[in-house]
Amino acid sequence: MMASSYNAKEEDRHQPGATGHVGSGTMTNKMPDNTAFKQQRLPAWQPILTAGTVLPAFFVIGLLFIPIGVGLFVTSNNIKEFEIDYTGVDMSSPCYSCSQSYSWNNTKSCTCSVPFSLDQPFESNVFMYYGLSNFYQNHRRYVKSRDDSQLNGDKTSLQSPSKECEPYRSSDKPIAPCGAIANSLFNDTLELYYIDPNGSRTAIPLVKKGIAWWTDKHVKFRNPSGNNNLTVVFQGTSKPVNWRKPVFELDPSDSDNNGFINEDFIVWMRTAALPTFRKLYRIIQKKPNNMTPTLPRGEYILEVTYNYPVRSFDGRKRMILSAISWMGGKNPFLGIAYITVGSVCFCLGLVLLSIHYRYGKRNSADISS
Amino acid sequence: MEIELLRTACMCQTVICCRVTPLQKAQVVELVKKYKQAVTLAIGDGANDVSMIKAAHIGVGISGQEGMQAVLSSDYSFAQFRYLQRLLLVHGRWSYLRMCKFLRYFFYKNFTFTFVHFWYGFFCGFSAQTVFDEWFITLFNLVYTALPVLSLSLFDQDVNDWWSFQYPQLYTPGQLNQYFSKRAFVYTVLHSGYSSLVLFFIPWAAMYDTVRDDGKEIVDYQSFALLAQTCLLIAVSIQLGLDTHYWTAMNQFFLWGSLSVYFAVIFTMYSNGMFLTLTSSFPFIGTARNSLNQPNVWLTMLLTSVLCVLPVVAYRFLRILLWPTINDKVRYKVRQDKVLPPTPRRVQARRTSTRRSGYAFSHAQGYGDLVTSGKFLRRTPKSRPALFSQTDSPLAQTQPQFYRTISEREEPPLSP
Repeated sequence: MMASSYNAKEEDRHQPGATGHVGSGTMTNKMPDNTAFKQQRLPAWQPILTAGTVLPAFFVIGLLFIPIGVGLFVTSNNIKEFEIDYTGVDMSSPCYSCSQSYSWNNTKSCTCSVPFSLDQPFESNVFMYYGLSNFYQNHRRYVKSRDDSQLNGDKTSLQSPSKECEPYRSSDKPIAPCGAIANSLFNDTLELYYIDPNGSRTAIPLVKKGIAWWTDKHVKFRNPSGNNNLTVVFQGTSKPVNWRKPVFELDPSDSDNNGFINEDFIVWMRTAALPTFRKLYRIIQKKPNNMTPTLPRGEYILEVTYNYPVRSFDGRKRMILSAISWMGGKNPFLGIAYITVGSVCFCLGLVLLSIHYRYGKRNSADISS
Repeated sequence: MEIELLRTACMCQTVICCRVTPLQKAQVVELVKKYKQAVTLAIGDGANDVSMIKAAHIGVGISGQEGMQAVLSSDYSFAQFRYLQRLLLVHGRWSYLRMCKFLRYFFYKNFTFTFVHFWYGFFCGFSAQTVFDEWFITLFNLVYTALPVLSLSLFDQDVNDWWSFQYPQLYTPGQLNQYFSKRAFVYTVLHSGYSSLVLFFIPWAAMYDTVRDDGKEIVDYQSFALLAQTCLLIAVSIQLGLDTHYWTAMNQFFLWGSLSVYFAVIFTMYSNGMFLTLTSSFPFIGTARNSLNQPNVWLTMLLTSVLCVLPVVAYRFLRILLWPTINDKVRYKVRQDKVLPPTPRRVQARRTSTRRSGYAFSHAQGYGDLVTSGKFLRRTPKSRPALFSQTDSPLAQTQPQFYRTISEREEPPLSP
């Protein structure tokens, strides 16, 4: 056994060496550094939940949320919105015959006219949407079925689209644009006419540009370069299976809205998150003078070119006219939620305050084991 | 017989077993382990303690006096017996606390993350479409929530070491397994379920059939994913903040840093440059720019975070108020004392503790006469100063005790 010599003064500062052979007199010091980090004495903030912090927080949140909720609710209520379902489910609806007689290969499109009336005039810009229900644009297989490189104008992807697009990848020639999302492009045409009190119809001007995100239109979707004539550029590709016209004929009158950068196409390709959704179709711009409302009160007719079949999966189609505010479209939920949460918070604060008042002296009791 | 021994022993506060062989030491430990279902700790410093150290759940070796055998077979080792108090009451307690907090938080974070997908299944035709961006799913546990949890597990303390010594009762929750048990796990799962409901359905309802403030799309899949993932990250980060009781500078840096990194990463990933470089990997281009400038998106995030966090705060506040645990009471006292600082503790004179024990029991005459007879003094050992010049035992002289050297000469047999 080893002999270790100790000195009362030294033993608190040194530990015996690892070898234990202390006879030589050298001692290795294995003591860790006396820094705040290594000795876990770092300066720190140590909050605890006391009544002084929690109760004011509840009251502040309550008092903050209720006005926000009221503001949101009032704003939402002031947004005018009009919605009309034109699927043609009932026999009495105008589009019933169109919804029944449907086939992909129809050369002659079915049209139907849906009359409606607006009780209140719409001021400022009015946005026209088409809405679909029970349409799962968020299905995993559907969401993957696209080729972003091809849509960005990449020449190699144009001729050989991605495998994700199967089975809409090629039909004797590669399909441009490929994939299920592009294939199911919404192709109904909606037109609005105002019926004057004296019976004459005036068409309401619908603006079809400016409906897609700027980044989509200018960065994400690009036509393949090489030629201004898109027919030439898209040579060697075929149109998607369920389209009536190829992609370079989506809007031949405007080269900035033709091909992949067609705004209706871009809007459709931005897949929706939920099975009931609306997509921007057209914008009705406000009148140059602020006197006349954009859409005055009265009778209107919606002319539908009924191309899009939804009856097979029990879907519904609707047309929505909506004004817009700083919080977007009409959605009262956020306002109601804020008011509810704010009042619950406030009431909870009161309850906690009363409990604290009655029972709050316990913490100062002695600490027993 | 051994059960009798155990029963009797457990009725005592302290049991002293003397004249035991190493095997018997191990057997005592194993007896307690087998029948009492308790966690055992054995501490020893010599080679004869090795079997006991190995038999116990936790073995602690004291290094130095009798060599390194005990140290080599132990789980923990230090130089002095008195450090055991620190090991248990400070480091062991903190370690238990940190582990349990870490586990509970980790389960909460990941269950919430997963249950949101479960709710979305009802709205996507059960096609296993993810609510969040795939990059977010990759980076969630790796980057966005890794460092804050790490700092919680490394630095968190409920009370500092001085207070841990003042109130050894703080050790009890660890013994009773209170911080992480089946019950705690079930509570965590329920909490995650509630959070996931909030984190999915509030954005769903707020974004239902609505649009941007310029009429364009906002309920597309990508914007909804961005909203849901940001709400999730903010909610779990606030929950971590609530769990952290000891906010060092590192904790602050990691928590706020992770949130900033998240925003930096999404703006980078959803930028034009990344899309044009690797088109198919970064399809979310433009989403951050187009949806994070909408007031109703931020209002939804605020509502979601508040709704996730407030019940937790209310519950904890009520629990501290009505059923305070020993932990809460001590922390409250610490805070009160900070307001009125206590008188500084008088530094106690350190007593020499190389005196390994102050007691020596013997049922026989012992070896005292070996020392007093001066037999060892005939040969002076080389490396020691002359120690046995006096005939009294070292104990009586209150000097540190020293080892005897074993001389090679055979010792005369001892008389009983």
